[in-house]
Amino acid sequence: MAKAKNNTIKLNFDTKYAPAPESKASAKIDAKYDLFINGKFERPLSKKYFDTINPATEEKLSEVADANAADVDKAVKAARTAYDKTWSKMPAKERAKYMYRIARMIQERAREFAVIETLDGGKPIRESRDVDVPLVANHFFYYAGWADKLEYAFPNKKIAPLGVAGQIIPWNFPLLMAAWKIAPALATGNTVVLKPAETTPLTALKLAEIIQESDLPPGVVNIITGAGATGAAIVNHPDINKIAFTGSTNVGKMIQKAVAGTNKKVTLELGGKAANIIFDDAPIDQAVEGIINGIFFNQGHVCCAGSRLFVQESVYDIVLRKLKDRLESLIVGDPLDKNTDVGAINSKQQMENIHKYLKIGEKEGLDMYQSNCALPKKGFFIRPTLFTNVAQSSRLAQEEIFGPVLTIQTFRTDDEVIEKANNTPFGLSAGVWTDKGSKIFNLTTKLRAGVIWANTYNKFDPTSPFGGYKESGYGREGGLHGLGAYLNL
Amino acid sequence: MVAINTSIAIPDFSIPPRIDQVGVEERASRFTKRSIKAETKLNGLLLTLNMIDLTTLEGKDTKGKVQQLCYKAQHLHDSYPGLPTVAAICVYPSMVKIAKTALGNSGVKVAAVATAFPSGQAPLDVKIRDTKFAVAEGADEIDMVISRGKFLEGEYNFVFDEIAAIKEACGSARLKVILETGELVTLDKVRRASDIAMYAGADFIKTSTGKISPAATMPVTLVMLEAIRDFYYKTGKMIAMKPAGGISKSKLALHYLVMLQETLGTAWMNNEWFRFGASSLANDVLMQLEKERTGVYQSANYFSID
Repeated sequence: MAKAKNNTIKLNFDTKYAPAPESKASAKIDAKYDLFINGKFERPLSKKYFDTINPATEEKLSEVADANAADVDKAVKAARTAYDKTWSKMPAKERAKYMYRIARMIQERAREFAVIETLDGGKPIRESRDVDVPLVANHFFYYAGWADKLEYAFPNKKIAPLGVAGQIIPWNFPLLMAAWKIAPALATGNTVVLKPAETTPLTALKLAEIIQESDLPPGVVNIITGAGATGAAIVNHPDINKIAFTGSTNVGKMIQKAVAGTNKKVTLELGGKAANIIFDDAPIDQAVEGIINGIFFNQGHVCCAGSRLFVQESVYDIVLRKLKDRLESLIVGDPLDKNTDVGAINSKQQMENIHKYLKIGEKEGLDMYQSNCALPKKGFFIRPTLFTNVAQSSRLAQEEIFGPVLTIQTFRTDDEVIEKANNTPFGLSAGVWTDKGSKIFNLTTKLRAGVIWANTYNKFDPTSPFGGYKESGYGREGGLHGLGAYLNL
Repeated sequence: MVAINTSIAIPDFSIPPRIDQVGVEERASRFTKRSIKAETKLNGLLLTLNMIDLTTLEGKDTKGKVQQLCYKAQHLHDSYPGLPTVAAICVYPSMVKIAKTALGNSGVKVAAVATAFPSGQAPLDVKIRDTKFAVAEGADEIDMVISRGKFLEGEYNFVFDEIAAIKEACGSARLKVILETGELVTLDKVRRASDIAMYAGADFIKTSTGKISPAATMPVTLVMLEAIRDFYYKTGKMIAMKPAGGISKSKLALHYLVMLQETLGTAWMNNEWFRFGASSLANDVLMQLEKERTGVYQSANYFSID
């Protein structure tokens, strides 16, 4: 009999999958955006505008108004009037109706929001579609539910809203942070002046469109755009009762100084340098996935990112090998492509900042490992990066890099890793990976961090409070705690 | 370079493997988020056809039925030029000779389920005779079942020895070890059974007989692929994987290929190292291929049912 044929075919099917871009057709972006004050889009008194670009292509997307102190004053006056005349007097269940309406409208336009979030901020469409936008809607739904049940949230307390809240949010989760800020403020009967970050203003302005269409009484939510000076004008405005800020620790400290001596209430959600701790009895393959998700989610632009990896020495080799293998299957590139895992760095400035740290790492003599992926020619991109051989005294292990850069340290005993994990000025989050329940509880009671994940990482839910210790800020957002931050109790 | 696979240290199977079900399911669902288009999709569909073990395992199987299936294996859809054949025909030992003759030198392998398939509830000497009979009839591959009862009793050495004995009876035929994961239930047990099978000499590890529900799932397959990866890390030896049962749609098959690619890499992306145990998957893939070629879906009546 003749020799049997070889029937095995070999065809190219590797992680360079054919392009699968999400359509931009649903994303209507105007050429120019004004300030959303008192229910209307109004030209800025400053008469100034600035560009917002797509960090993946460096192309201009639109231009937005640059609010000055007079614009801020106008917005605060609108919020004050709305608070006095309408919102604080409205029955709570009526407030909830508006919030449910806004939540539903966000769901209806989810695709549009996801695409614009990705265009303006550089995050992969998979994340804006599957994480950011659904969480945004959930946040409004969740707090809408609380609006007429506040006396059950705080039994035996006389509760009252604070008044006008000035809210300043960062560029890493532009729409989600807007939801985190606006939803609890509205549920508790406050009115709002919100400023999105200057590199990512578009989804907040699209939210303003929805708010306008929802017939929310004018002035209840005002959304104004601008850079640091606009934020400072909000913080310093005398008629604001509450400042809610998410952003860098440096700016947080400036805000803290500015409000000293006033009776403004403040919540600050600042930087982090979270320890992600892998014990030798952890489910290793899932832990590796958790490491990846902890540091490369949203290009590492996450204040609770698991940026300091601690691996028990007995499993160090296998964890590192698997981590490097997994790094190769991360797809870096066009954020609009549905297969992209790691998108664009948010801005040129941030990219330079991350590069600065890569240089420091090299100078410190650390071993750097980057994935071998090709990067797009235009736009701001950085390869997923690991640093090994890192000491606790290394600057890379101490300072927040806010990018796809992981430092890896080893440890021997539980006490040692607790001490090292807590040995940081930050205290926002931490991760613990072990199969042992008792070990989890031992660690979670001793780690000084606001959020601790066990055998998972970067999980968010509206019902769960979020916030930090030490230089990661104070106050809690989300859950019942998030209501308290907007009430006189 | 150190010589590999000369003396593989056998691990202690009594130590429970650490698998986090939530994490596995999350990772598995992440593969389904990949959007497979254009050339990648076409290649994936062709690879899928080429990886199929076209299966008939029924009490009512006859010579006629098996011969027709063997023709289909070589002529999946002749109006579409250049299609590959499937990888193998999977039958009971009594049908091996018929299949072997029908397939000739087409390159399509004959796999026989042996060892008192599907329950495996028979003494070892019966299982060995079952295996040797199938091999003597010409089977290229043997799909054995493990003794799940013994496994669940904690008799890991028994399971190990049995696999080793069947491996010896296989001679040059490749051995697929069916874990019947639907009866093992939890993922840590799937991992433990995978390890036992590989260290005992399996060439393939396979999820299911197709007689128990649930059959193959993505989380179960992922755990097995990760076991294969760890075994490869330790020994340098590649083990093949075969999910079987429950994969009847092209889209799901492509998700499996993504999982395979991103877990084990390009070396595993062919029918020497990966198979789909399926009876109805081929027609759905053919339908998708025709859709890619012509731009429209054709009626199921245009695709042969064998």
